[in-house]
Amino acid sequence: MSEAAAAIHTEDHAEHHEELSFLYKYILPVDHKMIAMQYMFTGLIMAVIGGYFAYVFRMQLAYPGESVPFFGIVGPGEYNMMVTNHGTIMIFWVAMPVLIAAFGNFLIPLMCGCDDMVFPRLNRLSYQIFLVSALVLILSFFVKGGGFGGAWTAYPPLSSVPEFSLTDWGASLWVLAVALEFVSFLLGGINFVTTAMNARAPGMKMLDIPIAVWFIVIAVILFMASVGPLIAGAVMLFMDQRIGTTFFLPSGGGDPLLWEHLFWFFGHPEVYVVLLPTMGIVADIITVFSRKKLFGYRTVLYTAFATGGLSFVVWAHHQFVAGIDPRMANVFVVTTVLISIPIAEMLFSYIATLYGGSIEYTTPMLWALSFLFAFLIGGVTGIYLGASALDVYFHDSYFVLAHFHYTFFPITIIGMFAAITFWFPKMFGRMMNETLGKIHFWGTFIPFNCIFLPLFFLGLAGQHRRIYNYDHFPDLATEELQDIRVFATASLVIMLIFQVIFLYNFFYSMFKGEKAPDNPWKANTLEWTVPSPPPHGNFKTLPTVYRGAYEYSVPGREMDYWPQNMPPDES
Amino acid sequence: MSTRGPVATHRSSTGIPAGRLAVWWLLASEIFIFGGLIACFVLFKLNGTPGFEDASETSVVAGAFNTFVLLTSSLTVVLAHAAVERGDREKAFTYIWYTFAAGIVFLMVKVYEYSGKILSGHTITENLFWSFYYTMTGLHALHVIGGMVVMALISFDVRKGYNYQRVELIGLYWHFVDLVWIFLFPLFYIANF
Amino acid sequence: MIEYYVYKASSFAGDIDDLFVVITWIIGVCFLLTLGAFIYFMIRFRRKEGVKAEYITGEKHKEKKWTHYPHYAIIALDVVIIAVNIIVWVHIKQTLPPKDNLVRVIGQQWSWSFIDSGPDGVLDTADDIATVNDLHVKVGETYHFELQARDVIHNFSVPVFRLRQDALPGRTIKGWFKPTMTGSFDIQCAEMCGYGHGIMGGAITVHTEESYNETIAQIKNGTYESHYQKRMGTKTPLPSDTSQIEVEGSFARLLASVF
Repeated sequence: MSEAAAAIHTEDHAEHHEELSFLYKYILPVDHKMIAMQYMFTGLIMAVIGGYFAYVFRMQLAYPGESVPFFGIVGPGEYNMMVTNHGTIMIFWVAMPVLIAAFGNFLIPLMCGCDDMVFPRLNRLSYQIFLVSALVLILSFFVKGGGFGGAWTAYPPLSSVPEFSLTDWGASLWVLAVALEFVSFLLGGINFVTTAMNARAPGMKMLDIPIAVWFIVIAVILFMASVGPLIAGAVMLFMDQRIGTTFFLPSGGGDPLLWEHLFWFFGHPEVYVVLLPTMGIVADIITVFSRKKLFGYRTVLYTAFATGGLSFVVWAHHQFVAGIDPRMANVFVVTTVLISIPIAEMLFSYIATLYGGSIEYTTPMLWALSFLFAFLIGGVTGIYLGASALDVYFHDSYFVLAHFHYTFFPITIIGMFAAITFWFPKMFGRMMNETLGKIHFWGTFIPFNCIFLPLFFLGLAGQHRRIYNYDHFPDLATEELQDIRVFATASLVIMLIFQVIFLYNFFYSMFKGEKAPDNPWKANTLEWTVPSPPPHGNFKTLPTVYRGAYEYSVPGREMDYWPQNMPPDES
Repeated sequence: MSTRGPVATHRSSTGIPAGRLAVWWLLASEIFIFGGLIACFVLFKLNGTPGFEDASETSVVAGAFNTFVLLTSSLTVVLAHAAVERGDREKAFTYIWYTFAAGIVFLMVKVYEYSGKILSGHTITENLFWSFYYTMTGLHALHVIGGMVVMALISFDVRKGYNYQRVELIGLYWHFVDLVWIFLFPLFYIANF
Repeated sequence: MIEYYVYKASSFAGDIDDLFVVITWIIGVCFLLTLGAFIYFMIRFRRKEGVKAEYITGEKHKEKKWTHYPHYAIIALDVVIIAVNIIVWVHIKQTLPPKDNLVRVIGQQWSWSFIDSGPDGVLDTADDIATVNDLHVKVGETYHFELQARDVIHNFSVPVFRLRQDALPGRTIKGWFKPTMTGSFDIQCAEMCGYGHGIMGGAITVHTEESYNETIAQIKNGTYESHYQKRMGTKTPLPSDTSQIEVEGSFARLLASVF
């Protein structure tokens, strides 16, 4: 079988070499690695836009009314637009494409030991739809009235009636862009699931699959099952905006609460959709650099299933004070607090993995460990907000904001850096500079805490979100609170400056870095058995798998790792 | 086994062909989309939103006829699949086009219904019932049209003798479209709960 | 902890602050223990020449108990949190104590309107007192509010009362509060409501009986000066007059109070 497959593969390979022009190699590729690059670079560009927005509105908060360098005077409409699109971009156009689409595309075929995704052309189509969605979103900033400013949750009637939002086409294009992005990820999900389920190397059993692949697959299944009602909702919202139906307008018999339910029925699982890929990436990194088998592979896997399942019945904790029946809130308090159980178990397993290890503090390992630390804070502060009575005070406050940045920042930014620094040698065939990597790590991680820890205290002081200038709230316009705002903004600017080091390291290493060996970290999974970077078609001979992904430091073996494809009799 | 495409496409660790997995995925995501719409509709109806009594104005006869047409077309698409399994390409081609024709009949009845309703003043913005009616049956009709286009494309491949598995896949999809209608028909035409 | 930053001016503010403290203790201890183990492992098991990592699968019962026991502890603590929370929640949101006064609160882009039912306690009668952006209430009396929105979703938020409640267009949402401290405080809109969301505020003034009557008399004879305007008057630009709030100290002292 493997010889026949190899024969097919070489034939295929030769055939492709003739026809691949520049256009088909870089612009319209079907190769999963090139599509992964496209997703990654699109995501990074969107991250720069999202980061720029954060810089502008944080500057406005620290120095209200003054001209912001590289932007100018920030008006209320612009402020709302930037707050809204910062959130939208960071979740839909950074976290999802980089963590799920880029690393999912890059890793799933390599880790499962096959030459490409199951449906390469569908894969290309999903990227193209994604690119269009990003362009539509960017276009929405420049239409008459400006970009949509009704918060990323887009509660109607504000989002559905142009007279209320004052952004007629901005709002519609925003909905359109988000809907297109969903369609793109639904199409992409087909490939992730079918490849991981169907195209695994011979011998690779379900429990031999690396956690990173498992978690991406669970994440796209969660996404598929939660986004449907919101797509329906987006269609309804778009029709409310453009045709004049009244699905969400009380004066026409509609109900604004309905959108909140549709949105959060998707919105909460979405948190786990982006969390799980990072959790998987971190699992792979900490096992490699502590030379340890993952503690309780099955437990970790089952906790992910439990988290995913529970995430469908917690959505109303975003709506405790939104006018739902207060008795219902009690049910959602129970489910919400219960979700701490699988997540805590998962974190405990990760920490237990470190026990008895031989931990090497490389840059990817630092990122992975800092993820666990930051997510721990994000997780425990979530308990406060899951308690409905505290939500009476904390709803829409900076406490909420600080809490979810302590989850989303580790997930998106730290997870992204962990993955990039870890797989960079495989992606580009060169090593990144460790010293610069570590400077960048500390220059990001310390300011990150300095930005968001103080915001918890602003939340305690009752500061509410999405306000462009606190002068209108005398209780909040005090000097002490303003000091905190300035401190957070200064930390943000420092953090952004340190990103220059990353960009330098990234591009310098890509062209001039030290050449990477096939397996620089001495890891077990299949992607490290191929040349760096992997050629078209990945494997010279498609591998056969003999064991799980985390057989490190097995007693009685001289080598402290045991690649998945190494036959048992070799050593 | 075709040698086209990557090896990944032809692997089957689960024992289920990748194409069928993909269509299941597609249908699952569609179920959540239509499920969301249906849930919204039912919630509004249970809340006693004004306008939902207009359900009595839709023509049960037209709806029932369309149900009959779609069910028949599901039968013909099954026959097409059976013919392909036997290797009878011409028979399969014919049955696919019977299904296509049923789709045309279905759409014609829909156009008749839509134009009648609009002329009698029941436009999409009249009240929530009609908003849901046009949105959901319209979305369903788009799925019918999409299925017909794909079916037409597949039929010629089948007559030439390749990509037989696609008849089964379009059949799965067509059954789904049929199933959605089975839900829409009672909701919009006969239910008065 | 919360009362260090904001006054505690309603009867249930203390309940919420206490709930915050209870949860802080519970999860604080869990957090520190977890973090302690995490940091200890990171230091203890750093790479040393010639020391090979152990092979632990975490699938055996003897090994699994190390994650399972903390895990059971968390389940138990979760139950405590849920129970305490539900007690407070039922008190604040699920029950309406007998009312002394009734006030209607209406949110619109971008201001608050208040209609006090007046002496007769019934809304939409001749003795109603309407104000914009200014709510006057009497200390120690239980108020019921009827919350409405004219256009989009707003959120009636009074931080000193620890009160936030969405106002939905097309519905009337009922709730209550009982002020316990006199003074003038912020009212916010805590739900994105469009272009002017950042300026949508108001002032709630909690009066003693005498000053309340005096203010109402002023409103009736037209000599009334808006408390909201008075509060806003000296506020821009920052750094601003902080006379409304006691000057508690520097940023460093704020942080120090928590750690």
